[in-house]
Amino acid sequence: MAEPSTAAIYRRLIAAQVRSQASYRASFVLDLLSNVVFLGADLLTVLVVFHRVPVLAGFSLTDTLLVFGLSSLGFSLADLAVGNIDRMQRHVRTGLLDAVLIRPLGVLWQLLVLDVGVRRLGRVCSGVVVLVVAVHLAGVPLTPADVLLLVITPLAGAVFFSAVFVATATVAFWWVDSGELSAALTYGGRDFTSYPMTVYGGWFRHVLAFGLGFGFVAYYPALILLDRPDPLGAPSWLGWCSPVLAAIAAVLAGLVWRTGVRHYRSTGS
Amino acid sequence: MGFVTATADRLTIRNFTETAGLFRTLGASGFRRFSTYRQATVAATITNTMFGFVRTYVMLAVAGSAVAVGGQAAGYDAPQLVTYVWAGQGLIGVVALWGWTELADRIRSGDVVTDLLRPVHPVLGYLLPDLGRAAYALLTRFVVPIVVGALAFDMYLPQRAATYPMFAVSVLLAVLVCFAGRFLVNAAGYWLLDTRGVLMGWAVCAGVLGGLYFPIRFLPEWAAAAVYLGTPFPSVLQIPLDVLVERDPPAGQLGLLGLQALWAVLLLAACVLVQRRAERRLVVQGG
Repeated sequence: MAEPSTAAIYRRLIAAQVRSQASYRASFVLDLLSNVVFLGADLLTVLVVFHRVPVLAGFSLTDTLLVFGLSSLGFSLADLAVGNIDRMQRHVRTGLLDAVLIRPLGVLWQLLVLDVGVRRLGRVCSGVVVLVVAVHLAGVPLTPADVLLLVITPLAGAVFFSAVFVATATVAFWWVDSGELSAALTYGGRDFTSYPMTVYGGWFRHVLAFGLGFGFVAYYPALILLDRPDPLGAPSWLGWCSPVLAAIAAVLAGLVWRTGVRHYRSTGS
Repeated sequence: MGFVTATADRLTIRNFTETAGLFRTLGASGFRRFSTYRQATVAATITNTMFGFVRTYVMLAVAGSAVAVGGQAAGYDAPQLVTYVWAGQGLIGVVALWGWTELADRIRSGDVVTDLLRPVHPVLGYLLPDLGRAAYALLTRFVVPIVVGALAFDMYLPQRAATYPMFAVSVLLAVLVCFAGRFLVNAAGYWLLDTRGVLMGWAVCAGVLGGLYFPIRFLPEWAAAAVYLGTPFPSVLQIPLDVLVERDPPAGQLGLLGLQALWAVLLLAACVLVQRRAERRLVVQGG
């Protein structure tokens, strides 16, 4: 018998995961729904804030919803693809990583297919709905350039957030009991990018928007779609830079991950 | 032939010294246990601090817009909202809002049977160490966000001396309500094979209706009233924070404490009741 190709092995691993998760049907449906509810909770927060005030840091509800939609679709795609890497600490503590390391497949890819988050599809679907509604409400003219930007921004956002997920999960190699630390930049980054950058002040905005690149996930592309200049004075072409930022982030995350794997010593458990 | 019961005879507590000793021992065990999770405490505190910054800026933008149209954001001014956010981030760890699956895990694995063999009522046996855990969190996870928030922003300090003891009582009641809520959703494991959905439901309700994402009074008045009176969630975070930032006059603060106390009694009674029913139907597989 011919050896299956690497792609075929991954395909089988993913299919097995999907089958096993879907076999607990009630639990699976509940999981799908609760992922929708979590996005609803974030959306509710934005709506409730705008119930109290008509304008938030110079942006109306419809403008903010566009920023929110771009950010949450990018995040939920990343969460679907690599979100389960946040179990890294458990893999290190239980010694599962040792088993993964001796198999002849890529370490990161194996960990990712170990627990495919099919349930997170619920979140991606609702993310698409939110973005479509937001584009409609904000009256984006939908020129070919706008459509292109609407496609590449969530994809670049997904790559960017994936890089953040992987880079922060790597902390577990050095710091086994790092708890919710990675949530500070993954979920924290999602919350940060859900609002226009004008909300944030001083050094905090500079560090997160430019230093870590979160400003490019949703805010600058949204400015182009809304056809308005940046109140903070940045040039509008920044909105097209998100794929470049995403690529840089992915390379850096890859380097951090490799360093982590080389540094890894089993906990001995 | 006599009955073989699933539970051990519970300790009959004869006097105050014994009770105090029991409370001290079990409480101290929770405190000691969590004080060994140093890395996790640091990590959680950093995360709380990050969210503190994001939420503070959003709330300051709300307060700024509200002032621009000549009003206040649901009765909170900017420094009050800053205190609200940072004290809220600190309290997450004190009440242990999410992530407690210990009882559910023990039910699934069958380990819960050892809890039933102990001479302490299981609800008390979980509650007392949880109070010790809360005390440890108060010294670590509560203090750090407050200090960071006070250094970075203009925070509201309570103006009335009576607010401080009221806040302390409110935090204790919040720990009790949150514990009871967590115990109940975990105890669903006696009846359900997979409790993940119930636990997620608790997490999202505690966050949204507890006042973590936004103060509940940002909602339209009728909805806010329904959440306050009809659900226990505001008692977990929102009410201690309202008391701390003096959103209401002293009488209103006392009313909120009363509401919290009512929910604490109701939910703890429900815990005892659920525990009794669960013990009747629990079957632990041998092996």
